[in-house]
Amino acid sequence: MRQLRACLSITLVLFVLTCVVYPTLVTAAAQLGFSERANGSLVMRDGKVVGSALIGQTFADEGAHPEYLWGRPSAASDVAVTSDGASPLVVTYSGGSNYGPLHPALADEIAARVALLRATGVEGPIPVDLVTKSASGLDPHVSPASAAIQIARIAKARRTTRERVEAIVAAHTEGRTLGLLGEPRVDVLAVNLTLDRELPMTGKEPTP
Amino acid sequence: MSPRYLALVVVFFLVVALVAWPLGRLLDRVMAGENHMSRRLFGPVERVVYRFAGVDPAKEQDWKQYLSAILLFSFVTQLVTYAMLRFQDRLPLNPAKLAGVAPWLAYDTAVSFTTNTNWQSYGGETTMSTFSQLGALASHNFFSAGVGICVAIALIRGLARKETTNLGNFWVDLVRVHLYVLVPLCVVYALFLVSQGVVQNFLPATSWTTLDGGTQTIVQGPVASQEAIKMLGTNGGGFYNANSAHPFENPTPLSNFVQMVSIFAIPGALCVTLGERVKSRAHGISVFLAMTVLSVLAMLVVGHFEQRGTPILASQGLDLSFSSVAPGGNMEGKELRFGIADSSLFVVVTTDASCGAVNSMHDSLTPLGGLVAILNMQLGEIVFGGVGTGMYGMIVYVAIAVFLSGLMIGRTPELLGKKLDSRDVRFASLYVLVPSVLILGFTALALTTDVGRAGIMNVAATDAAAPWKPHPHGLSEVLYAYSSAVGNNGSAFAGLTAYSTDHPVFYSLTLGLAMFLGRFVPITAAMALAGNLAKKKISPPGPGSFPAHGPLFVGLLVAVILVVGALTFFPVLCFGPIVEHAMLAAAR
Repeated sequence: MRQLRACLSITLVLFVLTCVVYPTLVTAAAQLGFSERANGSLVMRDGKVVGSALIGQTFADEGAHPEYLWGRPSAASDVAVTSDGASPLVVTYSGGSNYGPLHPALADEIAARVALLRATGVEGPIPVDLVTKSASGLDPHVSPASAAIQIARIAKARRTTRERVEAIVAAHTEGRTLGLLGEPRVDVLAVNLTLDRELPMTGKEPTP
Repeated sequence: MSPRYLALVVVFFLVVALVAWPLGRLLDRVMAGENHMSRRLFGPVERVVYRFAGVDPAKEQDWKQYLSAILLFSFVTQLVTYAMLRFQDRLPLNPAKLAGVAPWLAYDTAVSFTTNTNWQSYGGETTMSTFSQLGALASHNFFSAGVGICVAIALIRGLARKETTNLGNFWVDLVRVHLYVLVPLCVVYALFLVSQGVVQNFLPATSWTTLDGGTQTIVQGPVASQEAIKMLGTNGGGFYNANSAHPFENPTPLSNFVQMVSIFAIPGALCVTLGERVKSRAHGISVFLAMTVLSVLAMLVVGHFEQRGTPILASQGLDLSFSSVAPGGNMEGKELRFGIADSSLFVVVTTDASCGAVNSMHDSLTPLGGLVAILNMQLGEIVFGGVGTGMYGMIVYVAIAVFLSGLMIGRTPELLGKKLDSRDVRFASLYVLVPSVLILGFTALALTTDVGRAGIMNVAATDAAAPWKPHPHGLSEVLYAYSSAVGNNGSAFAGLTAYSTDHPVFYSLTLGLAMFLGRFVPITAAMALAGNLAKKKISPPGPGSFPAHGPLFVGLLVAVILVVGALTFFPVLCFGPIVEHAMLAAAR
């Protein structure tokens, strides 16, 4: 009986401490100190949210968008979650392909993407990160090597020089943290937004 | 293997050691009820809690009372979590109007979080309301970590004390570890994560129109506060389905590094606590070094095979080499910002410790990289291991190592001045044998039943009507699942569908049992061992005693762990990852 009273009261105390006091304290401090990051590092264009600086975007039909830098393939999907009402909430469901190294679909999907890149004039070896699916399906980066093989295509589509595209990619390339952690990487969304701003498409509009 | 990876491994262990030293000494003082900085701040709160709960902090418990308090607390909190999940549609903080969690899934999840496993048969962003994430799940990230530390401390007391039945008071230990260690550390840690970009809010999901006119809808919530304890408590259950690969959980290489360090922080610190309490720093350091040796071996294997990639990738005209402009290697299921190095290190850290958070998809690892992950869990989660669980598991292995060496030289085995008797060895054997039987038994059951095989993804027949074709990777998926559940790890070869509306029962039930027995049988054995050890006299070391420190001891301990693990699981690993490796080498 003593044990039961101790158990119930301490359970209650610990719930209050870990589920009320702790998250409230952290949320308040986060909103005061880092409100932009605490709310998703959202990126605005013309007063509208166009994405998050941390979340990668994919193109439903990449072939139709040669003017943009392409990110890594994604296994993320849209899933309807709401239990009631006529308009269910559809959320972006993160995740990887979970293909084992011998899964036939792995080889097939890589081959299809290699073919797509070859069709845009890419020759030579293709960096592996550009044709493999990320773990989250929301990877916001490609490697500098993967960006480099797309520069000619983007320059052609935007009727500009390779140097101008290269400069934009370089401006959004980040090195290793402290020279050791992580990989050198290109922020795909930042590059594409800068491309639209500095080298807008003339004639055919890229975005609907 | 890239030179960056080797440098990363070295820096990683240096930082873990630097963190473990002060943290271990703090834990020792906190659990002994001595004065320290946070006690001066929160001491009055502690006293009020005891008065409210009717607990006399001076009254200690024997091993049976301590154990029954643990079981009672775990049972009550598990029940609360089950109810919260089932009724989340009637509870507040449910902006997406999610339905209540289905019965078997709620059962599986409640067991999973209570046992510090955090196996997830669901995707966080599509299943759990903010209330459930915060109240039902993040709470257990604290509680299960706290319970683990309490058991480890009780066993350390059993070693350090003599001729007593007192092992401490569970309620006091539990309150202290939360109030003085876990919660304050997590506040600082969570704010660091927010500074890196981890979200922390109570907003509904945010939608936007992408560059090509599509829509992305990302679920928001109090992620940083959950993430901090998820790593520090070696829980591993992600807010999002992609876990620590999701940019909102783990946005930068720096956040990733700190997450890895925080997984090993408390398990490493408990080695220091052990050394302090038994008054043999050399013993604590030797145990830490044995863990480090086993961990580094695993890191070298995973790093090598992931960086090398596979013949399937190489045959497609891809560049797999590591350079200053590309990570190369087996990038399927890995994030670019982490590359091969930070992903491979994470694989080993999360499976060595019973964390189970992932920053890459383990199902897409190379066969031998995946083998290391599976074997790490099968060794019993003692290489650093879970918070607390790793330490008490390691002490059991230390007892076995000392027992074996005693047999070899024909003397009564002795550990830190305590003579080991047959009861000690029986409890230790129970600790080692039960998990092995569970892993192999459940794997065999799943592979021989249709409902078990139905969950396998790699490599299923493309034609749904075709019969299931045995494939070594399918075996690996199932073997991984039960190794993870019994070891209370929680990571997965996530191609396995462990819950579906067509087959809600089989994996929920068997994984639930595996997690429950994999948690509470070892805890019972560890507490019984603690009780038996505490009763003994401590005799001063004589010329014939085997020292529980130094290179010979470390070597013996490492050898015992590898021999026990390898002998038990080598046959089944041959049919899974090892055969797959051979098939892959033959594939073109």
